Amino acid sequence: MTMTHETTGVLGTRMLRKEDPALLTGEARFTADLAIPGALHLAVIRSPYARARIVSVDTSAARAHAGVRAAYSGADLADLWAGPMPCAWPVTADMKNPAHLPLAVSQANYVGDGVACVIAETAEAARDAAELVDVVYEPLEAVIDLEDAVSDRVVIHDEIGTNKSYTWDLKVEEQEGDVDAAFAAATYTVKERYIQQRLIPAAMEPRAIVAVPQPFGGDMTLYSATQIPHILKVMVALTLGIPEHQMRVIAPSVGGGFGSKLNVYAEELLCVALARKHNLPVRWTETRSEGCQATIHGRGQIQDIELAADANGRLTAVRVRLIGDMGAYLQLVTPGVPLLGAFLYAGVYELPKAYDFSCTSVFTNMTPTDAYRGAGRPEATYAIERAMDSLAATIGIDPLELRRRNFIPTDKYPYEAFTGLVYDSGNHDGAATLAAELVGYDAIRAQQKTQNVDGAKRRLGIGVSTYFEMCGLAPSRVLASLNYGAGGWEAATVRVLPTNKIQVVTGASPHGQGHETAWSMIVADKLGVAPEDVDVLHSDTAISPLGLDTYGSRSLAVGGVAIAMACDKVIDKAREIAAHQLEANPDDLEFAGGAFTVAGSPDRSMPLAAIAFEAFTAHNLPDGLEPNLEAHTTYDPPNFSWPFGTHMCVVEVDVETGEIEVLKYVAVDDCGNQVNPLIVDGQVHGGIIQGLAQALFEEAVFDSDGNLRTSTLADYLVPAASDVPSIVTGHTVTPSPTNQLGVKGVGEAGTIASTPAVINAVVDALSGLGVRNMPMPASPNTVWSVINAAQGGSQ
Amino acid sequence: MIPAAFDYVRASSAEEAINLIGQHGDEAKFLAGGHSLVPLMKLRLAQPSVLIDIGRVSDLSYIKDAGDHITIGALTRHRDVETSSIVNEHVPLLAHATSHVGDPQVRRRGTIGGSLAHADPASDLPATTLALGATYVAQGPNGSREIPASAFYSGYLTSVLAADEMLTEIRVPKMNGAGWSFQKFNRRAQDWAIVGVAAWRNGNEASVALVNMASVPVLATSVGAAIASGASIEDAAAQAAAEADPQADLNASVEYRQHLARVLTRRALEAASA
Repeated sequence: MTMTHETTGVLGTRMLRKEDPALLTGEARFTADLAIPGALHLAVIRSPYARARIVSVDTSAARAHAGVRAAYSGADLADLWAGPMPCAWPVTADMKNPAHLPLAVSQANYVGDGVACVIAETAEAARDAAELVDVVYEPLEAVIDLEDAVSDRVVIHDEIGTNKSYTWDLKVEEQEGDVDAAFAAATYTVKERYIQQRLIPAAMEPRAIVAVPQPFGGDMTLYSATQIPHILKVMVALTLGIPEHQMRVIAPSVGGGFGSKLNVYAEELLCVALARKHNLPVRWTETRSEGCQATIHGRGQIQDIELAADANGRLTAVRVRLIGDMGAYLQLVTPGVPLLGAFLYAGVYELPKAYDFSCTSVFTNMTPTDAYRGAGRPEATYAIERAMDSLAATIGIDPLELRRRNFIPTDKYPYEAFTGLVYDSGNHDGAATLAAELVGYDAIRAQQKTQNVDGAKRRLGIGVSTYFEMCGLAPSRVLASLNYGAGGWEAATVRVLPTNKIQVVTGASPHGQGHETAWSMIVADKLGVAPEDVDVLHSDTAISPLGLDTYGSRSLAVGGVAIAMACDKVIDKAREIAAHQLEANPDDLEFAGGAFTVAGSPDRSMPLAAIAFEAFTAHNLPDGLEPNLEAHTTYDPPNFSWPFGTHMCVVEVDVETGEIEVLKYVAVDDCGNQVNPLIVDGQVHGGIIQGLAQALFEEAVFDSDGNLRTSTLADYLVPAASDVPSIVTGHTVTPSPTNQLGVKGVGEAGTIASTPAVINAVVDALSGLGVRNMPMPASPNTVWSVINAAQGGSQ
Repeated sequence: MIPAAFDYVRASSAEEAINLIGQHGDEAKFLAGGHSLVPLMKLRLAQPSVLIDIGRVSDLSYIKDAGDHITIGALTRHRDVETSSIVNEHVPLLAHATSHVGDPQVRRRGTIGGSLAHADPASDLPATTLALGATYVAQGPNGSREIPASAFYSGYLTSVLAADEMLTEIRVPKMNGAGWSFQKFNRRAQDWAIVGVAAWRNGNEASVALVNMASVPVLATSVGAAIASGASIEDAAAQAAAEADPQADLNASVEYRQHLARVLTRRALEAASA
């Protein structure tokens, strides 16, 4: 790989993660591990009905239970909230957003909606007392089906008078009517409906919270298993009326999030509010079933997609209609999730300005949805990649060939897309060619001819998926155009200590990604120090006061670049000190290997260690230069970053049982320059498995009354290592031209690419039986039923 | 996940355990490996007021060759059954089926008696011991009695064991070289079977039992009868769901379960006949 600046050789190596020894030995402390003397334990009483009027709440028996300090209904606490729970993404001016309080007061709107709470001296007493709270409900008809929700047959929230939260359109035409004209003139068209089932994020660590008040100063410290300590600090301050400077949020070791911890949750607000009220620490740890019911769900869309193509199969127009399932309320960025996908429904293909996208999002009586790994982009990629296979079948050409005909050519990069967004760099044919080599594409196509004959019991299929991951939220001005409630910058401080050890402060908030390792490698490369001499501080708003946290594959492409820029500032200042000490012109100094050397005079040199100490003592600094060697940067990227790639999946389907065996999975991902390929592989592996899980295993199933039937990990099928294939990873390297490291994000790529690759393979395997589509998850029963239907029920 | 409060007592012998459950009555439960009971307690679906821990009644952990059959103490861990040379030599179907129970951690804690007494029709061992014609031995305040596996299961998670009886031994006839197969169909390796089939065949004698095809483990007698009358495997397997009464759940419809039972029975008989 090519780096554009000097390197010590660390960057690009498979360095083991610095974080792991503490995590693997149990030394790392997660929120629930924190010993907080005197903390009271919160238990939340949750509605067993998907929609019900709360007639009365009697907490007297709970309050009388041994060890219980207090018990409250939603009405009891209504005065504690300065405002409703926050939604930071009002996507349209007329978006409907019903008031959402941490505890419902008059009506519960999903199974799991909090209606009352208990605080007690032990978690056991809190749990036992919770069962003694007597809530009288008047059950109301629930709305579970999305199209039923659109109809407003039953309106969930009386105060807004409709189930429709918003309709958001993105229509791009050179001239009005271009889309309709393109469809009218098309040689080939396809029209497909895909269902994005709801998914439960199921991070390894459940949510956990401790709120610790300092009663005599009024300060409040909130420990939370969150991805977003900085955003949470602002939102808790606003929602509870706490002066922001008195609010501190710390995310200790956090065991995964996948978007589910990118939120402001009722329990966080309850813990802080009750800690203030009682002047005692209050803590809560989620049970797994609470995690299934009352932590956000992902996906939840009905997608109608139409493609128009010319005689060569080149796309001429795309039309998309979505219904988005918001769940019962809008959480932090719920309404924006479909918008993140809106720009990707043409995938990595050239499309003229003939695009018509519209999304109507509705309330339902189910757990609120929000960003889940990929957030809108997996949905969009699934739809276009499935529809491209459908188009290939309609035309009668190979799906890979159809994609090649439509790829944005490498020589057109940077490429201004039909939406006006500029894709930074790409080489789709390169990625597809490498993937085809690694998987043995032609051999598998040949084997299909001999294997998938009439009467074959095991049919072979191969699925292709090519993708973009629009990531690194991102230019603040672009976010403004989408009405997003924050910017897209990231902050970094690099501080050279007197003994030449480096402290890095990042506004990113890792929860499994390996930022401590990656940031250390960037600094080691920049400053010529050893990675182990770099300490990365994060996830505590008192230590890292500025930041926008970790989600959307933004941390490296924004936060990591900020680190590199702060290093440049440190080098600039060190250069002035070195020039002063060496009595040289700053412009004549070269910095390499951690030392400044006068050009042409190798004996006139000063290492960073000596400069750092001079900066600390300040005995002999240039006039006007401030002591100490540190620099701060806030970086607002000029563009999103656009990772891309090709995934291919090979399956065999047992047509008697419907069982799918994944024989081979090849992932070629291009995320530009790689800081640490080991971490990249880890992200790709995990992402692929999460996407494959949507294809084959996972679904949050609600019955018609709105009861979640998958509220344990026995029923919600998160696959384990024994259930998933080995993965072959390959990479092409096309550096991003928009940042000095040439990097792009990679955290969601696997999830975005894998779901359509797997389903395309399954449909391909069964195409000879007349199968054209496959609902997700493709369980054995579902596959068997689809085959039966395609065969006219003859099996 | 915090279970409701309960008292805990530990028994050091079968007699003491039976005395204790007599004292504590209906609200007491035996605790062996805990891999069925404890999850239900954590979900508060089971709320026994007393747990009688029999996990250290060490004289009920054994595997013996008893001539025409083998005997297995009820508190023998799955792992010990799975790896026993006696079981592998004389009842290989049981050893193999046991290797499919849960995962390695479950098999090192869970016991054969606990699994059978829990009477979950989705568990592997009730149907396997049923196919093998096993006999269970139960001990109560008035002594012990033998219960054929075919008469043990009375409903979903219920058996004919009296409240003050405890399963102490499982007697399994030797297979005498019969061909066998255990087909477990599930979506994740560590899940319960969507449908399972335990089968053995010795000439025209065959026995097939089904996992998760009714509220109790099912002996597919029609299949055995068909084989005995000389039917082809294909035709015999077509009868696999005749005695079954499956329920629909998140993993399978009734029709799909019946279909799977037929397919897996055919495959099992083919393997057992090879």
